[in-house]
Amino acid sequence: MGGETTIGPLDRQHSYVGRNLPREKAKRAVKGRGRYTDDITLPRTVHAAFVRSPYAHANICEINIEKAIAHPEVVLVMTGSEMREMCTGPWLGTLSVFETMKTAPQYPMAVDRVCWQGEPVVMVVAESRAVAEDAAELVSVVYEELPVVAHKEDALEPGANLVHKELNENLAYEKVIDNGDVGKAFDEADHIVEGVFKFGRHTAVSLETRALLASYEKDTEELTIYTSSQTPHMIQAIIAKTLGLPEHKCRVVAPFVGGSFGLKIHSFGDEFAATAASIKLGRPVKFIADRLESFLTDIHARENKVAGKMAISDEGKIQALEIDILSGVGAYSQYPRTSVFEANQILNITGGPYKHQNYKARMRVAYMHKVPTSQYRAVGHPIGNSVGEALVDMAAEKVGLDPIEIRRRNVMEDDSYPRKTASGIEVADMSHQACLETLVERMCYKELLAERDARREKGIYRGIGIAAFIKGTAPGPAGYYGAGGAPIASQDAATVKIEPSGNIICSVGVTDQGQGVDTVMQQITASVLGVPDEMVRVIEGDTDATPYGGGTYASRATAIGGEATYQAALALRAELLVIAGALLQANPEQIDILNGNIVDAGTDNIRISLSELGRIAHFQVAQLPNEIEPQLSHTKRFRLRDALYIFTNGIQGAYVEVDPDTGFITLLNHWVVEDCGRVINPILADEQVRGGCVQGIGGALYEHCIYDDQAQLLNGSLVDYIVPMASEMPDIDVAHVQTHTGVSELGSKGVGESGTGAAPAVVMNAVNDAITPLGGRVFEQPMTPEVILKALGKI
Amino acid sequence: MKAPKFRFIKPQSLSEAIGLLSEFEDEARILAGGQSLIPTLNMRLSQPEVVIDINKLDELKGISLETDHVRIGAMTRHVEVMGSALVNENLPLIAEALPYVAHVAVRNRGTFGGSIALADPAAELPACILALQAEIVLEGPQGRRKVDADDFFHGLYDTAMRPDEILTEVLLPLAKPGEVFSFMELSRRKGDYAQAGVACRALISSKTFENIRLVYFGSELKPTVGENVIRALEGQTWSGDIDEKIFSQLEDDLDPIDNLHGSAALKMHWQKVLTKRAIAAAVEKTELV
Repeated sequence: MGGETTIGPLDRQHSYVGRNLPREKAKRAVKGRGRYTDDITLPRTVHAAFVRSPYAHANICEINIEKAIAHPEVVLVMTGSEMREMCTGPWLGTLSVFETMKTAPQYPMAVDRVCWQGEPVVMVVAESRAVAEDAAELVSVVYEELPVVAHKEDALEPGANLVHKELNENLAYEKVIDNGDVGKAFDEADHIVEGVFKFGRHTAVSLETRALLASYEKDTEELTIYTSSQTPHMIQAIIAKTLGLPEHKCRVVAPFVGGSFGLKIHSFGDEFAATAASIKLGRPVKFIADRLESFLTDIHARENKVAGKMAISDEGKIQALEIDILSGVGAYSQYPRTSVFEANQILNITGGPYKHQNYKARMRVAYMHKVPTSQYRAVGHPIGNSVGEALVDMAAEKVGLDPIEIRRRNVMEDDSYPRKTASGIEVADMSHQACLETLVERMCYKELLAERDARREKGIYRGIGIAAFIKGTAPGPAGYYGAGGAPIASQDAATVKIEPSGNIICSVGVTDQGQGVDTVMQQITASVLGVPDEMVRVIEGDTDATPYGGGTYASRATAIGGEATYQAALALRAELLVIAGALLQANPEQIDILNGNIVDAGTDNIRISLSELGRIAHFQVAQLPNEIEPQLSHTKRFRLRDALYIFTNGIQGAYVEVDPDTGFITLLNHWVVEDCGRVINPILADEQVRGGCVQGIGGALYEHCIYDDQAQLLNGSLVDYIVPMASEMPDIDVAHVQTHTGVSELGSKGVGESGTGAAPAVVMNAVNDAITPLGGRVFEQPMTPEVILKALGKI
Repeated sequence: MKAPKFRFIKPQSLSEAIGLLSEFEDEARILAGGQSLIPTLNMRLSQPEVVIDINKLDELKGISLETDHVRIGAMTRHVEVMGSALVNENLPLIAEALPYVAHVAVRNRGTFGGSIALADPAAELPACILALQAEIVLEGPQGRRKVDADDFFHGLYDTAMRPDEILTEVLLPLAKPGEVFSFMELSRRKGDYAQAGVACRALISSKTFENIRLVYFGSELKPTVGENVIRALEGQTWSGDIDEKIFSQLEDDLDPIDNLHGSAALKMHWQKVLTKRAIAAAVEKTELV
């Protein structure tokens, strides 16, 4: 059971926990001194470029590489068939936990047939990227076009074209949950509201694109990969498995990572091909995706259509919820995490903040001839929250309740945990009520309503949106990946060790992508040990230098890696006190570590410094009694036990203005109150929430991978695919309610995706609040001016 | 996204540049600010044999006030035009439009002449110089010639410039007494390409439109004068609103092209909304004078 637990070491006088330590790496990054994968060049490096399929579906009839290979600066040209020869077998993007799931086998590059526009067909490796691109233009490929599945709505119709004939259908996976008595609840409902919601496909658009430098030493059979990744150990495992290499001879290093958002937890064929090229050539091979290939080949996400309906009583009690999800994925299920997670999360979390117990949900996942989709920041949550929260607002309107009041009547009570959501998921340590009341206060809700109404009188259409949410963070081993057969750790580890200098090295399996994971681990380590922060250095992102871990995904770094670090630091601290006790002839319980020194407990009376202790424990061990055998390095692992996730909760508010003549939306204010448990570094937590909101707003208003009927991407550049920029973003007010999770001693939950998960929902609700007086309502994201004006009947 | 190989030549004088253009003609591209050319080279959308960099040609730079016009040299950067007191005082329409020209980084490099010569349909400056009825000065092997803005823009990236000519300067007439200007545009984000826009120059007396010129951009293949809507407006008196019938004249003036950000119908709707807002702003400005 959670609640405000007290942990000695973190609450001490000099604790760094709860304080705003700046990120060390930020200084380097803002000076342009960060070292990203593309900044690393090894001697004899060559560069890969790809000939990619211009068609969404076609047979490869003939490939002619003669002219390309004749180019004097080209060192290798490799086709998909040649690549297949280097693989131990095809990828199968399934997990055993999705029992009936179907997928077609896939190789890193297309063999005989292309199934999406942008699929790699031929790799050209040359002395420079420019030459590789020149030579790629010299490769000729003859295609025979095949019928295309471009729309998820058509994919499941009888007689539809097939993405893969051998699957006999385009349905990847179907799942239904039916809890309570939904039929009866709708039959007896006082009111029913419903809608069909559409969500456009979009993608991560990390500032640093995908990047890889692979270096294979033929003599020692050692492979080193530098890559912009969130999950070095997973990459190590799947590279070794796919290319038949001994895993312990594959080192994966993630240097500076310039944004990732879930994009960089996946396997991409071009990266495997570049690695294969290094093995073949015995030379370092670099592949940096350019922006055009990024749009074509990065995983996409969010393409879903959801029909939803909600039963509501006269008193404003939610009686039942039913949703039907049609999820449009790519030509293959992404290996190894699959492409069905998104729909599964929509099914898990829709209506998640509320007490209702009658819930029915169906998900169907349809293959199409498009680039595969997979996990991207806040997987499924933006969709589930948008649907659930829109229905709650429609229900409120139906029964004449304020959006705050209807949520007040339906959210799970703060004292009611542990309990299950209507979808059957165990949740604990949540605070919907406290978050809601905090939001009301911070928005000055009543005054805001009055201001909105006063402006309406003058023909200015402003709207207020509210959206409560839950967010699954820090997945456990009982859930999906590892349990489903993928080499992905949900357990994570930290090693905390003292050096002869007395300084501390903390190495962790979780990784930093600029959000400050290293800083957070430094704060935890320094606080537990009782040393100044500058005495602690954190190492992450290198399979040679860190204990085995899952890396950073699903908001797990602090929740899982932080607890491992906490426990490892506690173990080192205990040992240091024992060693110091022996040296000082003191009872370890009567001494303490304060500011880098052993002191008499409860005082700042210094007995011996850690630098002295470190020196003795490494070099003058004879001073210690024989029964003390210094370990000086402690590794601890942490995982969830039975829980699927550590669920967090929160609520967002938005204030927007809609110009009913142009359809343009101006974001005026945005509020987030969320509960990520113990906050280690408030400014980093806040910025995670803010960045997450901006990314969510991107999907709500701007971002959209637009395909035509032949499944050709029409807007594959930053000119046409628009992302949110600072000038359009509102101020985002962030507050935290801190209900510590009971699953760890640290008490922290995930925070990185909470902004993204509910921002689209709250903005959509605010826009609808603004335009309902004009008779319009939107059910579609992105909410472009065209969508708004059509909803208003203006065009 | 690496440009294919090309010859790079940086002439030291205008005559040398014109000589090179005569030599290579269609095989050559002029590099001014590079804000459009460089991306198209890198995306391999344009693969010229020769790139002629005219950044050394000082005679193409600078802004000066002449008797009845302001001269803006083709190589003058947007940021310099934006910061020019002379422009602010004498060319209010240009001053009003420049903040809409892309972003700071683009304005630091992009040039006034480059924008006119490229004739991007979404660009602000071509519409403005057409609204102002400026003159464009071209130099080629046959010498110097002036082209009226009305005759300059032929179509999508298509102008009266010949392949061996360089745009050297633009001559913009000073505002006539009482003339007011307004500029409106809609782009999805600040600094993006305009999806619809209008540059307005008007002479209004007692809220009656004596003379008005409306030039549309963003929705058309080239900056387009709203001949029919202008005719319908002239002589009309502003009463806080305008008869919808007048705006429907726009349907004869414009033929919006749809794109990823909106249908032709949306763009037509936007141009009507902007027209109303632009003339309302012009009326308001007249009253402030």
